[in-house]
Amino acid sequence: MMQTEQDSPQKVVCEALVQIKNAEGLHMRPAMQFVDIASKFDCDITVSNDQNTVDGKSIMQMSMLAATCGTKLKIKAEGADAQEAVDALRGLVEEKHFDEPTPSNQKKR
Amino acid sequence: MEIKKGIAVSPGISIAKLLIIDSEDYRIPRRQIEPSQRMMEIQHVRDAFKAAIGELTEFEAAQDDTEGGKIKDIFAVHLRFLHDRSLRKRITDLVYSESVTAEYAVSATMREIASHFAKQKDAYISERAADMYDIERRLLKQLLGGRREDVEHLTEEVAVVARELSPTQTAAFNRKFVKGLATDAGGRTSHTAIVARSLGIPAVVALEDLTECVSGGDTVIIDGNRGIVIVNPDEQTIQQYEEYSQEFAQLEHKLDAIREKPAVTRDGVKITLLGNIEFPDEAEMVLQKGGEGIGLYRTEFLYLNRESEPTEQEHYEAYAETIGVFKHRPVIIRTVDLGADKYTQSKRFAPEPNPFLGLRSIRFCLQNLTMFKRQMHAILRASVLGDVKIMFPLISNLQEMKQATMILRDVMDDLNEESVKYNKDVEVGIMVETPSAALTASTLARDADFLSIGTNDLIQYTLAVDRGNELVSTLYSAADPAVLRLIRTVIQDAHKAQIDVSVCGEMASEPEYIMLLLGMGIRTISLTPPMIPEIKQIIRSVTVQDCNNLARTILGMNSERQISNYLRDAARKILPEAF
Repeated sequence: MMQTEQDSPQKVVCEALVQIKNAEGLHMRPAMQFVDIASKFDCDITVSNDQNTVDGKSIMQMSMLAATCGTKLKIKAEGADAQEAVDALRGLVEEKHFDEPTPSNQKKR
Repeated sequence: MEIKKGIAVSPGISIAKLLIIDSEDYRIPRRQIEPSQRMMEIQHVRDAFKAAIGELTEFEAAQDDTEGGKIKDIFAVHLRFLHDRSLRKRITDLVYSESVTAEYAVSATMREIASHFAKQKDAYISERAADMYDIERRLLKQLLGGRREDVEHLTEEVAVVARELSPTQTAAFNRKFVKGLATDAGGRTSHTAIVARSLGIPAVVALEDLTECVSGGDTVIIDGNRGIVIVNPDEQTIQQYEEYSQEFAQLEHKLDAIREKPAVTRDGVKITLLGNIEFPDEAEMVLQKGGEGIGLYRTEFLYLNRESEPTEQEHYEAYAETIGVFKHRPVIIRTVDLGADKYTQSKRFAPEPNPFLGLRSIRFCLQNLTMFKRQMHAILRASVLGDVKIMFPLISNLQEMKQATMILRDVMDDLNEESVKYNKDVEVGIMVETPSAALTASTLARDADFLSIGTNDLIQYTLAVDRGNELVSTLYSAADPAVLRLIRTVIQDAHKAQIDVSVCGEMASEPEYIMLLLGMGIRTISLTPPMIPEIKQIIRSVTVQDCNNLARTILGMNSERQISNYLRDAARKILPEAF
């Protein structure tokens, strides 16, 4: 957009700390939603928990984080569209919580 | 050099490079490859991913969005994994760094990821291990499918090594190049054994973990006489075996010389020797070996290794080809015996928990009338070409026999209406393969033109032993007193009803049982073609008087071991070279 072709990509680094809010955690379908959104962006995206840092565009790596409800993750994006990427992913995790119920609004059995 | 001991099921010696057929149903063993082969294996991995993606994309598209699209979601997730470059890289890196096969790298990697999931405390996440196994199987199916095609398009001689071989696999072999078979599982009468004997190639089964001890391209010696397989033999061993192999060939040659001589005992009793065949091109071998007709023409091959059912014309052409070889000598066509095999089970909507006691053989036919009638239509049409007889397998009660015969009459009516010629007096017989049929043979014999004792199933059902299970296969024996008493009953009942009775099981091709069968009153034997000369040699060396005495002694014995030792000693005196 603002960048011209001969310029090197603008080095933007963005980070966000998010918490998994849906009751069932980052299982397969949420992991798929996450990588699908992450893959739309050109920037490199990594996701970390306490121990590991993984590629946010790899479903294998994301699902192997095995993040359960309440887990805190750091999303880090590097590249021209880093800000948009982090915003979109934070929205997915914290606001939409993967279109799934959270413990508080889950029906009591 | 590694020597493995198994059960010899088909005689001969083969020295060849091996070709392994793995199965996605079993753990894939770790197998090394040459560093120079690594790029090819990596390409195999890539191709498998590509093919699996193609297959899954089709599946996904075919799913509708019912049930909240959950099934569609599962496929979508699996597709993301297959598209995940870091997953593919993890697998190809393993192939490269450790020089292992594509199958092993896929299996090891997917299982590692699965166990990572399985370790998680959260039940929802730990269950994802199942998805990883599913992806593993999908990739392996592609990889192994490719290898199976290799067996169909061989260009050099190989010995095939597998956990076990299914009829579908053996039917697809390029038989010109397969020189020997060796399997982990199986017993004397497993499918591998039957196929090897009919092809006249050596085979050893029940080797337990052979597939885990070999790599593609290893040389193996398969010693089908002694039940030994030697992996990567040294020079000296190869030389010894080459000499031994020549001696064995000479013995075979000597036996071939009696081909033209009649199968008559020393006291002048004529015995009819027929061949068991599976493929039309085996018919020639029966003649070459001195067989006088076909006593068991298995027709399952028409159904295996293909997607759709054979047409009536395809049935007819196969039968016509075989009958053409025998002109006016008998050809007994057995109606299709499908059901308990892996092929039919895998096509079934829900596999049967106990297929050998399930919807198999004649039962399967009686519930699939269109298929059954189509085959009988073709057999009847071919009946004018020679001396054709029809045989129903696995009849276990009178009702089944009457039903099958009634359907045959229906098909005859159809042919009458179509004005198609057929032999109206075609003989119809049954196989006696269950204890229930053996015990009611006197009743069944009233409606049958002949009885043929199928000893393989009869032994399995009488002794309650799975002949393919190496843990109990030693209990499986034709020399068991229970089996012998049933056989004697069937023979006596057939004689009383004045109809023909023959033996067509594996028992009939084992030299040690021939005297006993003659002594019990058998005069027609149908067996695997390569064994005909040896059995004829035995027949020509004995008198019926001796056989009767032997049978009387045997039937007074109460233990399997005592009987089999006695039989072996008796046979050794007659044909020492074979033992």
